[in-house]
Amino acid sequence: MWLTNSSIGRKVIMSVTGVSLILFLTFHACMNIVAIFDVFGKTGGEHYNWVCEMLGTNWYALVGTAALAVLVVLHFVYALILTLQNKKARGSNKYAVTDRPAKVEWESQNMFVIGLIVVLGLCLHLFNFWWNMMAAELMGAPAIEATDGYRYMCETFGNPVFLIIYLVWFAALWFHLNHGMWSAMQTLGWNGKTWFCRWKCIGQIYTTIIILMFVAVALVFNFCA
Amino acid sequence: MAKNISFTVRYWKQNGPKDQGHFEEKHMQNIPDDTSFLEMLDIMNEELINEGKEPFVFDHDCREGICGMCSLYINGTPHGKTAAGATTCQLYIRRFHEGDVITVEPWRSAAFPVIKDCMVDRSAFDKIMAAGGYTTIRTGQAQDANAILIPKEDADEAMDCATCIGCGACVAACKNGSAMLFVSSKVSQFALLPQGRVEAARRVKNMVAKMDELGFGNCTNTRACEAVCPKNESIANIARLNREFLKAKLAD
Repeated sequence: MWLTNSSIGRKVIMSVTGVSLILFLTFHACMNIVAIFDVFGKTGGEHYNWVCEMLGTNWYALVGTAALAVLVVLHFVYALILTLQNKKARGSNKYAVTDRPAKVEWESQNMFVIGLIVVLGLCLHLFNFWWNMMAAELMGAPAIEATDGYRYMCETFGNPVFLIIYLVWFAALWFHLNHGMWSAMQTLGWNGKTWFCRWKCIGQIYTTIIILMFVAVALVFNFCA
Repeated sequence: MAKNISFTVRYWKQNGPKDQGHFEEKHMQNIPDDTSFLEMLDIMNEELINEGKEPFVFDHDCREGICGMCSLYINGTPHGKTAAGATTCQLYIRRFHEGDVITVEPWRSAAFPVIKDCMVDRSAFDKIMAAGGYTTIRTGQAQDANAILIPKEDADEAMDCATCIGCGACVAACKNGSAMLFVSSKVSQFALLPQGRVEAARRVKNMVAKMDELGFGNCTNTRACEAVCPKNESIANIARLNREFLKAKLAD
């Protein structure tokens, strides 16, 4: 199977899973923004909790969660495989002196390390908002009503330690997506001399908007809710 | 007026691929700054021989930037830092300063084993070319050059891709030891022309398979290859290679 046997195939797996995860993040960020309207409208989370209820333990939410888990695992496993293969290809003798050319972005050479930070943040996020919510509801014993997502957000982002960890996580995600987005298009072959600048620009703007949406929610819940 | 400078060359010594290798140092006195880097190494070797020491081994051939044989990793950059588009043979001492320590290393990649010192075995590139970097044509009387019309832009771009001299700087600079810039340039030089389209699918599949088989790494789009390429090959070629490869595989 060329997808797993060839170097380009393995990169295609990274690209397709990566782009799918970016689309999920877009959906996630849009959903979060509803909570900001709740804070400023002083509705006590009425609208956001409606979203939480809709995406509770319904079959489509469970299928969606499972599909997301598969995407993340595939993306991570292939990142690991590619990194190990690349280390082997580089050889055991390291350069004594290295000089990074100006056009080589720092994040492009450190995607795996940044990705690890993203995964660690994801573990915390899953503990805060999945283990204590969806999983607890499935097991029938949530500490706070699972549909009261608004209160979960107040509790989490009200804690300054969590806020700082989440902000670091968002920064790592920004660097990761900043390279990841145009890189995915390059791997899928949708790039060239003209499209290179376009994808870089689109990627930077898109990534910045999504990350700012996440940052805004975290800050608003810390300072206003 | 040429100015003379003195500096130290810290060069890599290694007896074959299995040897661990180490650095040795040589102080170079009063070298005119219009000396080319390879000429400076010639002077250094003459001095080493006169001192009864073993000379430093490095690859070189045409010394005019077109053969792709010279391959030195100088102060952290393949071919050394030059104005865009130059090989080691076109690097001049005027790029360095009085008292500098110039570190010279070989291309370091598992697919390019060291033969001796800074001379590495780049026959892996020849094997990739043999896997598909050609067009199958009947030899004989050449047909009229205008028999197949080719848009000027396509001809120019194919020519730009064909200027890749296969020096291996892309592999040396890549943290993944990937040969994608080389392979993509060679695939592109044919894919852009009607004569090359006939075997395009077979060519790209075979060349990529050979590249993977020889142990080159996976491209992660860091663009280090493009930044150091003495012939200014673009990663747009890599996008074209990916496109050609996906098209060929999906058509199977």
